[in-house]
Amino acid sequence: MDFLTLIQVLDSTVRLATPLLLACLAGLFSERAGIFDIGLEGKMLAAAFFSAAVASITGDVWMGLGAGILASIALSVVHGLASITFRGNQLISGVAINFLAAGLTVLIAQDWFSQGGRTPSLIGAGRFEPVILPGAETLAGVPLLGPIYSELISGHSILVYFGFLMVPLTWWLLYRTRFGLRLRAVGEAPEAVDTAGISVVGLRYMAVGICGILCGVAGAYLATALQAGFVKDMTAGRGFIALAALIFAKWRPWYALYACLLFGLLQAVALRYQNIDLGVFVVPVQVMDALPYILTVVILAGFVGKAIPPRAGGEPYVKER
Amino acid sequence: MTLMTKLSSAVAALALTAGAAVAEPALIFDLGGKFDKSFNEAAFNGAQRWATETGESFREIELQSEAQREQALRRFAENGNNPIVMTGFAFGNVLSEVAPDYPDTKFAIIDMVVDQPNVRSVVFNEHEGSYLVGMMAAMASESDTVGFIGGMDIPLIRKFACGYAQGVKAVNPDATVVSNMTGTTPAAWNDPVKGSELTKAQISQGADVVYAAAGGTGVGVLQTAADEGILSIGVDSNQNYMHPGQVLTSMMKRVDNAVYDAMMAGTELETGINVMGIANGGVSYAMDVHNAELVSAEMKAAVDEAADKIASGELEVHDYMSNDSCPALSF
Repeated sequence: MDFLTLIQVLDSTVRLATPLLLACLAGLFSERAGIFDIGLEGKMLAAAFFSAAVASITGDVWMGLGAGILASIALSVVHGLASITFRGNQLISGVAINFLAAGLTVLIAQDWFSQGGRTPSLIGAGRFEPVILPGAETLAGVPLLGPIYSELISGHSILVYFGFLMVPLTWWLLYRTRFGLRLRAVGEAPEAVDTAGISVVGLRYMAVGICGILCGVAGAYLATALQAGFVKDMTAGRGFIALAALIFAKWRPWYALYACLLFGLLQAVALRYQNIDLGVFVVPVQVMDALPYILTVVILAGFVGKAIPPRAGGEPYVKER
Repeated sequence: MTLMTKLSSAVAALALTAGAAVAEPALIFDLGGKFDKSFNEAAFNGAQRWATETGESFREIELQSEAQREQALRRFAENGNNPIVMTGFAFGNVLSEVAPDYPDTKFAIIDMVVDQPNVRSVVFNEHEGSYLVGMMAAMASESDTVGFIGGMDIPLIRKFACGYAQGVKAVNPDATVVSNMTGTTPAAWNDPVKGSELTKAQISQGADVVYAAAGGTGVGVLQTAADEGILSIGVDSNQNYMHPGQVLTSMMKRVDNAVYDAMMAGTELETGINVMGIANGGVSYAMDVHNAELVSAEMKAAVDEAADKIASGELEVHDYMSNDSCPALSF
């Protein structure tokens, strides 16, 4: 593998890891507050559809992004109502959201655009264009560092940079602010938070809301930056890989970045080299596709460190009387 | 009481409409969905053409999951719909179980052979059509490297790839064909993001024409090819209009004709294997205003000559599914 190919594979890794990273951080906020969320996939899908639909109607991608985020937040509120206010089963609510989004997006798309459950192709200002960082073209000629800067770091959509910036921001928010301390506490021991006079319900709704915003950005990135429009089921299981990455990362922001980059790299390598010939035997492409799940199972089984979920995760909080 | 009356009259109305539906033909779409801009949509267009020409109506269903296959088939058969047309190889196993239970109903299956006395199996010579577009790709390519992106890795899609590679090599024996499959599950038909990444990967390997045989994933392939300024080739339906001036041509599989013929024949449907190839207009390449400037007269002449030779049997394109191997491409 030559240097240029390596850069291209890494470039592809960044593109593929971004939606995973955003969804993974979304899940991190929600699960750290004690609300399991397997509806990441559904929220991304809804956001992908509404961002593409509004961007194609208004011709403005920022309006699209806003609509995508709103749609995702709306589903988050449904999840919040079911699992926080009405203390329902969080997993079932998540599954319901996935089904709802899968069906609703196609139905509305067919009603609005009559193009068979897809949106028209976005053109011009309806899409996020790649951002060329300053000096990218002048530095391109510099050996080694030039291609890394101009190919790998520059030239992505603005949402990619947003996603990567969210990692330190999430870390700071969770570990360096009062809000973060309370958010983590509400996922570990909500009764303690409640005793301290802080609203458990309020904190959990806030966490679920942040989850909605991040899922919205992830969905909009798929439909308006990577692609030029919505196609049914276009998330293709990325919400579940993000969940796997979250467990792999043991619910920590920096590890989430590494996990998503690793999963993105696996996908990029699988796309670039269908079957990898190791000389002794050939690794079929399916192995690469399955690796994220296999790695997650290995982690869950406790072979490599132990993944301990937030203690109060999955349980609705009932105030003692 | 009034509610009861309303309910029972509603039931009666339903029963009446069900009775009226007898002997209407039925069409079952595969998981890709009715409007996939490709395979299923072509089937729908054929049925639509039959409906407008005859003024009659047909019943249809879009499957949502694998489990519905048998259910949908039996529903239509019990309902008296005849003939029942289904699109997609995946109906093969189910149909061979269901068909013997309804000996008076005629079935037509596209893309699969089911050996039952009341089934018409329509198969296409996709390798012949792919051969033609492969020739065009090789002639349009300046880098002597062309790409193929398949959907789910199944023998049928390899048949496309193999025909394409043979066409490319026929024009330029030194050309390189980069071939990728999107995945091994049905999700591979609807993953445009992966389609885009595959296209980018192929471009970085030098490909300047890509052929997508990948259902909804192909939307991503064609989009990225247009964004990156290379040519693409559509599949099944005519997809030239999707990016005018940037889609070289489309390999048309006339599923619409197959559905139209089956519905036209009605209950008199002739059973057995029906092969649709270049000779009987089953497969062809698409020419319209959107790609007129991309295809030179020289290209067209060469391709038409090959088409004539294939039709007359003078030139034989190897079919991957005949022996599960391809002389021009290794998977």
